[in-house]
Amino acid sequence: MNMIMDSSTAIVQIKGIRDGLLATFADAPWEEQRGALMEQITARSAFFQGARLAMDVGTQILKVNDLVELRDWLSERNITLWAVVSESPTTESTAQLLGLATRISKPRPEESRHVLETIPDDTALFVAKTVRSGTRIEYPGHVVVYGDVNPGAEIIADGNVIVWGRVRGVIHAGAKGSREAFICALDLSANQIRIAGETSASLKPQKDPRPEVASINKDGKLQAELWHPGETTPRK
Amino acid sequence: MTAQVFTVTSGKGGVGKTTAVANLATALAMDGKRVVCIDGDIGLRNLDVVMGLENRIVYDIVDVIEGRCKLKQAMIRDKHYPEMYLIPAAQTRDKNAVSPSDMVRICNDLKPDADFIIIDSPAGIERGFRNAIAAADRVLVVTNPEVSAVRDADRVVGILEAEEKSNPALIINRLNPALVKNNDMLSAEDVLDLLGIRLIGIVPEDENVIIGSNRGTPIVTDAKSRAGMAFRNIARRLQGDDVPFMDLAPQSGLWNAIQRLAGRK
Repeated sequence: MNMIMDSSTAIVQIKGIRDGLLATFADAPWEEQRGALMEQITARSAFFQGARLAMDVGTQILKVNDLVELRDWLSERNITLWAVVSESPTTESTAQLLGLATRISKPRPEESRHVLETIPDDTALFVAKTVRSGTRIEYPGHVVVYGDVNPGAEIIADGNVIVWGRVRGVIHAGAKGSREAFICALDLSANQIRIAGETSASLKPQKDPRPEVASINKDGKLQAELWHPGETTPRK
Repeated sequence: MTAQVFTVTSGKGGVGKTTAVANLATALAMDGKRVVCIDGDIGLRNLDVVMGLENRIVYDIVDVIEGRCKLKQAMIRDKHYPEMYLIPAAQTRDKNAVSPSDMVRICNDLKPDADFIIIDSPAGIERGFRNAIAAADRVLVVTNPEVSAVRDADRVVGILEAEEKSNPALIINRLNPALVKNNDMLSAEDVLDLLGIRLIGIVPEDENVIIGSNRGTPIVTDAKSRAGMAFRNIARRLQGDDVPFMDLAPQSGLWNAIQRLAGRK
């Protein structure tokens, strides 16, 4: 491995993991990282034939075009890009939009775990569009959606989930076990909502939808209630 | 003048993509436009059958890509409309024989000599689908008023948004107004409500569509068919005309009367 092109190996490291190959990058602009990866693959195209590739792009911020271009380039060489791991929420959501995994079974390096755990309580991911079927949004804080959550979409948040729109997909709040988490939406006719370990059966679509708040009640059951102006959900 | 490229796709199979391509292309040709259809379903080709051109195939799109023939040689001229052509898919290969950049290149080569290029996408959201949308200026999403078809259409719209193929238009195919009235079928409003994209046409259910497909004569050539009328209207909207939507509601007994006259009740 080491004999090939020192400049590109300095920027990209490719190693085998349980789920295929993992490319990790040194700090550099995306053009250089991408170029180095392409160079490595071109130099050893037989080795990469049919490979499943995951990339850990660190803090690199990648837009849809960046990933689509690379994915198509890879796919023309019979390489499947299946996961993009990143510390940047932008890159993560780009990857999710393209249906790529954003977590691989290999544990993340110590320092980036630390970053995730020190996200303050009130950090939220803001999603300003309708979340469509096949999209999965996972976030270690709260999630706010300005748009609908359609059937076949999933939102998994460690904190609360607030949807300014209709919920018809799956929502899991308090995914790490926080029973204080809540879900509120303008129309909560989800096929399934979950808070911590509690699951609700499917909620019937309403003729005349009203805003609702779902939380775990005193009896430990997941319950959805109409929202009344002036009342705030007990948060802690 | 350069051609506009439309890709017809759906996610789910069997909702009427190929039928829509054959009918829209024929309707555009009837309006005097120069149209090229491309069958993007490599390995499962059938646009040639629906257009009645099956026995004229000599070369296909993979032959063009792999340099065994010139683009012009793979273009099959339609029997009735000399300005309409089909580039068939290869039946003995798979989706990997074509790449998104091949599709873009072929469309760019076709653009100067056509008004419309219509690409028939395979079902699914994998390689063949990505090939089919790569060259699209606009995407037409076909769905049926069924929960499963709508969910797949939603997935496709999500991917199109992610790939920045913005502003897809929706065709709701095989709507049965009588079933909708009895609440036994999703209405056009239900479908639109979920997908939230622009509607470009609603095609009513019509068994003559299948008969036309089997005979290789698209339903648009039947002046009396309501489904044919719906496709002709969509073709006019693709040309930028403002055509009002047909009234499909089974109201005032008229629809029932027509059905009775047609012997269906």
